Amino acid sequence: MTTNSLTTSQGAGRAGDKVFSGAAMAAGCLILAVLFGVALFLVVQAIPALTAPAEDIQGGNGFFAYIAPIVVGTLIAAVIALVIATPVAIGVALFISHYAPRRLASGLGYVVDLLAAIPSVVYGAWGAAFLAKEISPAYDWLATYLGWIPIFEGPASATGKTILTAGIVLSVMVLPIITSLSREIFLQTPKLHEEAALALGATRWEMIEMAVLPFGRPGIISAIMLGLGRALGETMAVALVLSSGVLTASLIQSGNQTIAAEIALNFPEASGIKVNTLIAAGLVLFVITLGVNMIARWIITRHKEFSGAN
Amino acid sequence: MTATVVRKRSALTKGQLPKFAPYIVLAVALIVGAAILALIGFNAFGWGLVSAILFAVGLVSWSGAVEGARKAKDKLATCLVVGSFLIALLPLISVIFTVLVNGIPGLITPGFLGTSMNGVTGAFDNKAVEEGAPVLGGIYHALMGTLQITLLATVISVPVGLLTSIYLVEYGNDRPLARAITFFVDVMTGIPSIVAGLFAAAFFFAIVGPGTKTGAVAAVALSVLMIPVVVRSSEEMLKIVPNELREASYALGVRKWRTITKVVIPTAISGIASGVTLAIARVIGETAPILVTAGFATTINNNVFGGWMASLPTFIYTQILNPTSPSNPEPSDQRAWGAALVLIILVMLLNLGARLIARLFAPKTGR
Repeated sequence: MTTNSLTTSQGAGRAGDKVFSGAAMAAGCLILAVLFGVALFLVVQAIPALTAPAEDIQGGNGFFAYIAPIVVGTLIAAVIALVIATPVAIGVALFISHYAPRRLASGLGYVVDLLAAIPSVVYGAWGAAFLAKEISPAYDWLATYLGWIPIFEGPASATGKTILTAGIVLSVMVLPIITSLSREIFLQTPKLHEEAALALGATRWEMIEMAVLPFGRPGIISAIMLGLGRALGETMAVALVLSSGVLTASLIQSGNQTIAAEIALNFPEASGIKVNTLIAAGLVLFVITLGVNMIARWIITRHKEFSGAN
Repeated sequence: MTATVVRKRSALTKGQLPKFAPYIVLAVALIVGAAILALIGFNAFGWGLVSAILFAVGLVSWSGAVEGARKAKDKLATCLVVGSFLIALLPLISVIFTVLVNGIPGLITPGFLGTSMNGVTGAFDNKAVEEGAPVLGGIYHALMGTLQITLLATVISVPVGLLTSIYLVEYGNDRPLARAITFFVDVMTGIPSIVAGLFAAAFFFAIVGPGTKTGAVAAVALSVLMIPVVVRSSEEMLKIVPNELREASYALGVRKWRTITKVVIPTAISGIASGVTLAIARVIGETAPILVTAGFATTINNNVFGGWMASLPTFIYTQILNPTSPSNPEPSDQRAWGAALVLIILVMLLNLGARLIARLFAPKTGR
């Protein structure tokens, strides 16, 4: 009977224990090995591009002249995305955690999570077919009235397929990430702090200013960093929306390029040294996002250890 | 300020706006907004925007005049917070509306779900535009490719992810190895999807030979993205299994691995299954890693270990970026939007399924 086998089969049981715990540990180590492997294989495949003579690399000026403008382009797109998404995301998180009726709150949270569920290629298609067209009059307006600012220098792109449009699409994609993490941290605010503030006669906003935001600041910062990681690595939104070109200061002209989009657009047809160049570009992207994510995680764990409030 | 005491009002509510104040301001804002928009050319989006700004300005300044600066600031914050939520809803509604409007014509085309793009050339698309012939071609090959690649990725990720989470919860005990795994799983969650694709490509280029692009390579790339999600969700679920259950099992003399497989996992299975479903929903829409690992095919390929393979996301991508007929991109756009609709439906079904699994198979608490 099975009940007997549970208790009597000593030898088999001990072996089973060993095998099972060994398998569990092996799986854990496999994950570490994979992450190590990601770094290793990228480095191995990237080395030919780094050591190749300068004229073999696209552009003819060596790898670093090739990668520098697209690194800057990647940063520009990510910064635009964060500048737009952060205030909105914090507002949405506050709305769900402290403003919305308690009954609706979880349902509304699910609605925002739906934004995260939509595949990136659909966002890219939406940005290219709908947003770019609708937003180009606004670019004309910017070019006419604010054209003296270098980032809004005209003439504006007629198709609207600019780095600013790509940044807006990216902001929609990082919004749910920042929202869900900030919401979690806002909900953890000690109830006593909130009630003490309200009992002292604070309005709801003053309560949030005094109790919720100071408590949530590390959480918000790490949420923004994670959003930054996502915005840096996002491919499709940029590849489909942006009509790429050389690095330009103006956000409303076509031009600029990001690392991820550069890889996606060129890798399928690439051969020879070009493959190594693109993998090296991927390595640069990997290092940047790894750094951003590690800082974010470090802030989270530090906060977890020293937060005496809960 | 309140010199004219006309109505009897309680001293407690003195110096406060009446309850119906926001509704009055809203009505006035809508009317004035409509009037302004009528002057410069009416559109619904502009009306909403102008009215919202008018509403916020009106309510805040009225509140400032009657209730003082602190209450006005509170009202302003409320307006901004609610406004940001409404702004966040705009892209969601817009995306879903765009996909529905553009996708339904493609989806209802006969043979869209049942045929591949094999033999569909630009000539057919030109004919469709110029002579009104039916749009040929479909997404069968891409749908099959997506299902096979995702299935293989799931088969790889679930055992690894589940075993890792078991190690972390049951065996880890906060050892350095467990802490390292937790940290790097978190870091892995943030790997850009295209880097995961490049890794798989570089790995197979080195092992099998340069230019190896098959469905299996794509599945490995997707596993890299999927494993951390599975680990995190399973870990959370295993952690909430009550310790009393484990201890009761040990007290009966049951071995640890039998306790885990017979007691802990069955208790947490609903949460684990819903986490896995969400992880599938996350990777099924990934485009970039498949693009660099599986190439894009126009024919049905049922062998994940040989030859290029199509998938829904890469199908959408290539149909938009490189239309079958460059001079007449409309049929390609129609197919792309149809495929996007199918993809969104798949993802939504998976999300819904995850919620249903979590609810239906939740462990019964005995009280």
